[in-house]
Parts: sequence; structure tokens; C-alpha cells
Amino acid sequence: MAAVPGSSQNLDGTARLPAGDPLAVPGAPGSLLVSVDPAVPGTAGKRPALGRFAARHPLAAMILQRLGISFLLLIAVSAVLFIGVEALPGDFAQTYLGQSATPQAVENIRRDLGLDQPAATRYFAWLGNALTGDFGTSWASRNSITEQVGRRLGNTLFLAFFAALISVPLAVGLGMISVLYRDRIADRLVNVFSLAAISLPEFFIGYVLIFVFAINFGVVSFPSTVFDGMPFLDRLEAIALPCATLVLVVLAHMLRMTRAAILNVMEAPYIETAELKGLSRARTILRHAAPNALAPIINVVALNLAYLVVGVVVVEVVFVYPGIGQYMVDAVTVRDMPVVQACGLLFAAIYIFLNMAADILAILSNPRLRHPK
Amino acid sequence: MAEDLLRVRDLKIEAEMHTPGETARMLTIVEGVSFDLPKGRVLGLIGESGAGKSTIGLSALGYGRGSVRITGGEVTLGGTQLVGLSQRGLRRLRGAKVCYVAQSAAAAFNPAFRLGDQIVEAALKHGILTRAQAHERAAGLFRTLGLPDPESFGRRYPHQVSGGQLQRAMTVMALLPSPDLIVFDEPTTALDVTTQIDVLVAIKRAIEETHTAAIYVTHDLAVVAQVADDIMVLRHGKTVEYGPVAQVMESPREDYTRRLVSMRHREKPQAPDQSDRLLTVDHVEAGYSAVKVLDGVSLHLPKGQTLAVVGESGSGKSTLARVITGLLPPRHGRITFKGRELPARLDARSKEQLRQIQMIYQMADTAMNPRHTIGDILGRPLTFYFGLRGAKKATRVKELLGAIELPEHFAGRYPAELSGGQKQRVAIARALAAEPEVILCDEPTSALDPLVADGILKLLQKLQAETHVSYLFITHDIATVRAIADSVAVMHRGRLVRFGPKDQVLSPPFDDYTDLLLKSVPEMRIGWLEEVRDARRMAAAGN
Repeated sequence: MAAVPGSSQNLDGTARLPAGDPLAVPGAPGSLLVSVDPAVPGTAGKRPALGRFAARHPLAAMILQRLGISFLLLIAVSAVLFIGVEALPGDFAQTYLGQSATPQAVENIRRDLGLDQPAATRYFAWLGNALTGDFGTSWASRNSITEQVGRRLGNTLFLAFFAALISVPLAVGLGMISVLYRDRIADRLVNVFSLAAISLPEFFIGYVLIFVFAINFGVVSFPSTVFDGMPFLDRLEAIALPCATLVLVVLAHMLRMTRAAILNVMEAPYIETAELKGLSRARTILRHAAPNALAPIINVVALNLAYLVVGVVVVEVVFVYPGIGQYMVDAVTVRDMPVVQACGLLFAAIYIFLNMAADILAILSNPRLRHPK
Repeated sequence: MAEDLLRVRDLKIEAEMHTPGETARMLTIVEGVSFDLPKGRVLGLIGESGAGKSTIGLSALGYGRGSVRITGGEVTLGGTQLVGLSQRGLRRLRGAKVCYVAQSAAAAFNPAFRLGDQIVEAALKHGILTRAQAHERAAGLFRTLGLPDPESFGRRYPHQVSGGQLQRAMTVMALLPSPDLIVFDEPTTALDVTTQIDVLVAIKRAIEETHTAAIYVTHDLAVVAQVADDIMVLRHGKTVEYGPVAQVMESPREDYTRRLVSMRHREKPQAPDQSDRLLTVDHVEAGYSAVKVLDGVSLHLPKGQTLAVVGESGSGKSTLARVITGLLPPRHGRITFKGRELPARLDARSKEQLRQIQMIYQMADTAMNPRHTIGDILGRPLTFYFGLRGAKKATRVKELLGAIELPEHFAGRYPAELSGGQKQRVAIARALAAEPEVILCDEPTSALDPLVADGILKLLQKLQAETHVSYLFITHDIATVRAIADSVAVMHRGRLVRFGPKDQVLSPPFDDYTDLLLKSVPEMRIGWLEEVRDARRMAAAGN
């Protein structure tokens, strides 16, 4: 996926967190920041108004910069996506009409769909419409993509929301507990469990859960199909298994990063200060260590939230859940390009948005930036 | 005499050492240390790094860093035996009965919270004061310790105040719960001398006004002489000498103490003729991005002599060294070597020009590749500048080791196997290997213990006498200047305030800054701090 460069950088930043005070190093949350540094004469000289603004409101300048970068990134992704889809082998008209189609029929369909226009024209028309929320019509079903995607995305977000609601507090909480009982039984258990969860592929976890809870005990329903107008509680029951699968898949990553980030901070001299004030270890972790480990934790949470929406395809297929991932897979099999493009762009947008939000939150969690000298 | 607040008897402290491949073994850090500390009295613990002074200080809180544990003896605080006390019991005492002031307040304050909230935290947690009372008392203490805007100071974050202010805020944090005992762990070591004096005055006043007992840990005998009632000199975890401050300072019984006391009095006679201009710095202006760090600096260094560049942190003295080496090309001005202008940029200089100017850094640790042996480290410049290889190189490495007074077999060792002083000697040898005419020394002794530093200064002088190398010696310590310099340059905020032969620069009439700098250097006699404080008050009243 085209949004990966941004994500790997975030991972990188968290991994190389300096010991002690992560906020003292401008690298972690502010690594993208090059041009708004008021001390750089180049920017100040060339664009004095911008430079002055950046000097006076460093926080606002940084956030605006993130927004700008994210938007440009999204445009770039849309271009890559379009080119990629163009370059795909196979042709919708050919697939649609089958082997025996006459060249004339194929040509007619191509003209119908506007495929005889130059690629650039089609790209800008598509992009312009997409920016106003119109993704065109599906080639296969002739329905409005926006409407279809809206419903499917709603289902995916519903599932992602509950998975996040359970996994994020659980991961951060267990991470803290494992720091509190470092190298003791509780920590070891959490470690072994999370390692197991991270090592197993999600379809395997999914099938095991189906086997145990849907088939052996029969406590939940399978498949997890939901439909419009389904009562809320039924819906919740339907998503129980895919939700549990997703929680298991994302939990370990967040938990381990939380543990590592807090342990990193636990080496800092101000933790000793807290201990020498007679504070309990739990309070020290919660009050003094965790706030300083926020930036890396926020980043890893954002990555996993993005996964819950974007990487959910396998789980949706396993549980026959009508989410956007399955929609995209179906579209790919019939070469329904507008749908593939729309889904791809949405995935990218969600990915970029979550990473940007994480970046901005990480900036906001830095007191040096919130309260300049 | 009143009941002793803190009673330490036959203290033994050990640390668990883990060497890969071996079973863990215990390393003794402190052994057989005993002392008594009554209420309202201050005990100074003094010694080199590794002498166990901080460890003893922390034992008064029942605390050991990492795997450090109290394994024997007694530590009784106000009748409570701390050795073997439960974590819960220790937590009740820490932050209530006994408080700690760390060496680097900048690191010891949590960057994510306002100072005020951190300062009142212990008192609230132990239920000593209500929130309103605590903040009110904090404001009062801010005023006592001379912090700006006492009412709103606590609303600031640690990064918003200076190092000296943070150190005083840390003292406020320790004073707030009205503890019986405060442990000060090198509270002024990380500060500039002019800032140190304010903090010392504040700490002394706070101790006097609250009648708290204190343990004051430092490696600087002159500092401890100002604040302590009793002094304990430590070495290798054992007591060398313990007695009232006057006795230890004025009639030390032990040889080690005598060496500590007399160390500051060495002085090199300055070279009579300083007209030679081996290296000149001419109207140099330099900086990083928009910040100007050096502003119109001009000075020169004669052959075979030492120019000491002295100033506080941020005065631009290290930047000057970077400009001379070519690492930071100046914006204006030029550097001349033997009458010829040196290219401003490092990459424009010839190998011969590079060879002639070498550098020694403050942290020998970070300036050496930990995976190279000492022989490799010394051999590289020999191969690079002179093309030496094989037996010739080995012979020269041995000569260099001899010159820095280290045994030949050190060539096979790694930097991690050497002590701090030995590493700095190797760094000197590496600079010498290039047979340079000038060595820029950037605070080479400030990270070392006084006696070790003294050995390095003596070595540098010996090498100068033998090879006629010139030193540009950057330091913030006036005693070092006296011990080594022929000429002195005083820098302040990027400008040269004073430059000339040492005797002239360090004699009146002074400019304001040099005067302040010289008067801020602690003198090794009791009562010096009070004199300076009173003189300042008089001056303030006179204005």
C-alpha cells in the first residue's frame, strides 16, 4: 500500500526512542519538521511571512505542515493508484463479455465507460469527482459506488470501533501491568501470550475461534453476516468472533510497544526522583512514566487502528462479513476498476489520516511544544 | 547532646555484577563506614567518582541504584532501622522524613509536569500538607531561594527555566515536606561557577532557616568547606578521614586529604615572550543557522605555549575550536597558521595542514571507537599521515604509550578496559601521533576527578617541554587556567572580554565579567561563601 512509507517512519521513530526524556530529542515526533524551524535563514528569508508565523506559533505551524503534507501524500497516492490500476493486465469489457465477444461489442462497452479517453483526462475527472465525494458508478453493478462504499465502510468501521474499544485499553493496561511486574510471572505470561498471538496468522485464529465457540459450544452465530436494519444487539453478537480475532491480532503489537516505551522511560532520572518521593511503583508508572511514553504509544495505536480498517480483508473473508475489504476483493475479481480505485483511495486516506492524527497528538503531548519558553 | 537523627554503623553496600558467561558475583562498593548526624548539622561526603559517596547518601533513604543493596551494618533514621525495612515502610519515610536533591535537576524533574505539581507531590501523597497549604509554602520557599515570580514560578514547566533555577526548585521540592534530613547529591556540579554560587547561597540559607540535617555529597573540597559542619573523606568505599570541617581543611591527618587540599595551588610561571604568532584568529564571526555564537573574536597563540580560553557554557569557546579546525567555517574573519591563511573549510585543507592541528575532547569515551584496540587507535594517524605500517608502526605506538606514561601492553587493550584518566592519556597520544604544532584541548580534564585531572595537566606540560607543541586549552575552571596557561582569553556570550598574558588577565583592574567569574570560584577556606554573599549584599545596597 502506498501509505507505508509514513508508517514505517513512525515505527522507526518509536523503536529508536532515546533513553530517558523522549521529548528532549526533536527527532521522535518532530522528525518531519524541516522547513518551519524559525532559525533556518533560508525559509525566513524567502518567505518572511510564513517564517514569522512559524516563529510565533510553532505548534500551529507544525500542525498546518502535517495537514499539508498529508494532503499532498493523498494526491500522490491517488496518482500511484490510478497508474497501478491502469497497468493491471486484463480488461473489464473482455472479462464481462466473455471469450466469444465480438471486437465491436468490446469497443462499445469501452466507449460507454469512457475508456477511449486519454488516461490523464480520466485521472483528473476521477480525482475531481472523488474529492467531492463522487466515486462514479460501478462497472459491474451500475450502482453508485459512493452509496455502496458508504454502507460497506460503515460495517467495517463498526467492527473496527469495537475491536479498538476493547484492544487499545487492554493493550495499554496490560503493557503497564507487565512493566509493574517486570520479569515476574505476570510479565512472563503476558509476554508469552502476546508472542503467541502475534505469531499466528489471523485466519488461523479466526478458524480456531469459529471451531471452538460457534461449532463446539455454539454460543455465537456464524457466519457473521450483518444486514441493514439489523437490531443493534444482534449486530453485536454477529461481530463477536471477528472482533475477538482482530483484538487478538492487534493486541500484542500495541502491548509490546507500550511495555518497551514505558520501560525505556523507567530508566530516566525523574523516575528515581518519583521513587525517592515515596510514591508507589504503580503510581510512578501511571503518573510519571506513561505521560512521557505517550508519543510512541500513540503512534503504535494509530498504526493498529489503521490496520483494523485497512488490513481487515482476511478476517472479513473468513467470517463472511460484508465490510469494505470484501467489497474490494470482489471488485478485483471482476476487474471493476472504479470500485478498486475508490476502495484503494479510501484505505490510503484512512491510513494517512490516522498517521497524521498520531503525529499531531504526539506533537501535542510534548510540553516543550505546547508551552514554548 | 541531642539524640542523633541519623546513625550509620559499619555500613556495607554491595552490587551484583553480571559478567556474561559467569555467575553473578557481589562487588563491594562501601565498607565499614560509620557516622552520626544530629539535627541541624551538615555532613560533607567527599571523594573521587567511585568512592561511594552518592551510594552512602542514598543509603540514608534506604535506596540503592540498580542492583546496589545494603548488605551489612545499620542505618538508623530517627529511631527507625532502614536496613531490612519493607518497601512500604521505606516509602513512608521517603519524601516525608528524608528527601533527595539530585545532581542534575534538569534530568530529575519530569518534563511532562509543571514544576509546582511535582514540588508539592510528596507532601500531598504523605498527607503532610493540603494542596493549598503546599502551594503556599512552595511560593514562600521560591521567594526564600531567590526564584523569580514566586507566585507563578510553579506553573512553569522544567524546560522553561534555567539550570540554576531548576537546581533551586529541586531544593524547594526537598524542603517542602519539612523533612528531618536532606541528601544533596552534587547539586552544583553541573552548573557554571557564577550560577553555582547563587545555588550554594540558597542551599546554605535554606539549611540554616529550617534546621534540617543534611548530607552534602561533592567532589569539590572548596564547595563542601562552605556548607558542611563535618567532612568525611572517602576513597574506594572506605573512610579516609572524618572530622569537623576546620580540622579536615586546616590540619588534615591523612596524606590523601592533604593532596586534595593542596591541589588547587599549583601555578605555572608564564612564558616571558608571547610575541610569536603561530596561530592567529582574526575577527572571527561564526554561528549555527541564525544564531551568532562567535562575534569578532581575535587572539593568537605563540609557539610552544599554552593559551587558555575560559568562559561559561554557551560562551562560544568550543565553537572557537570548531572554527579553528575547519569543522565550522566562519562567516567572517580568518585563521592564520605560520603566517599563511588556512582554508575555512575542513575539506579544502591539505593533509599537511590537517596534521598540524589536532584535537582532544572532553569525553575521551565518545571520541574513541570502542571496538578498536588502543594500538589501532594510535596506529591510524601514523598510517594516515606518515604511511607507517608493520613493525615501524608498532615501535612508534610503543613510544607514544611511553610518552603518556602507560605500559606497552596497553596497545592490545580496548578503551572500555581503561580508566577515565587513562583514556584521556590515549586521546592525547593519538593527537601527538600526528606530530602536530597545535593541539586544541576542549575541556580535557573537566570530566575527571581532581587528582586524575592534575596528572593529565602535568603530562600535557611535560609533553610541551619535550615537543614544543602549543595548546589552545578550553576550560571553565580558573584553577586549571592558573596551573597551565601562559596567556588567557576570557569569553562571554561569544565575545572576547579579555585577552593577554596570564598575569595581566588575572590581575586587577578587572572588567565586570572577569571580576564576577574570578570571585565566583570557590576558595578552599571556611567562610568564603559568607564573605562573597555579604560583599554582594553591600554592593546591592550601595546601588
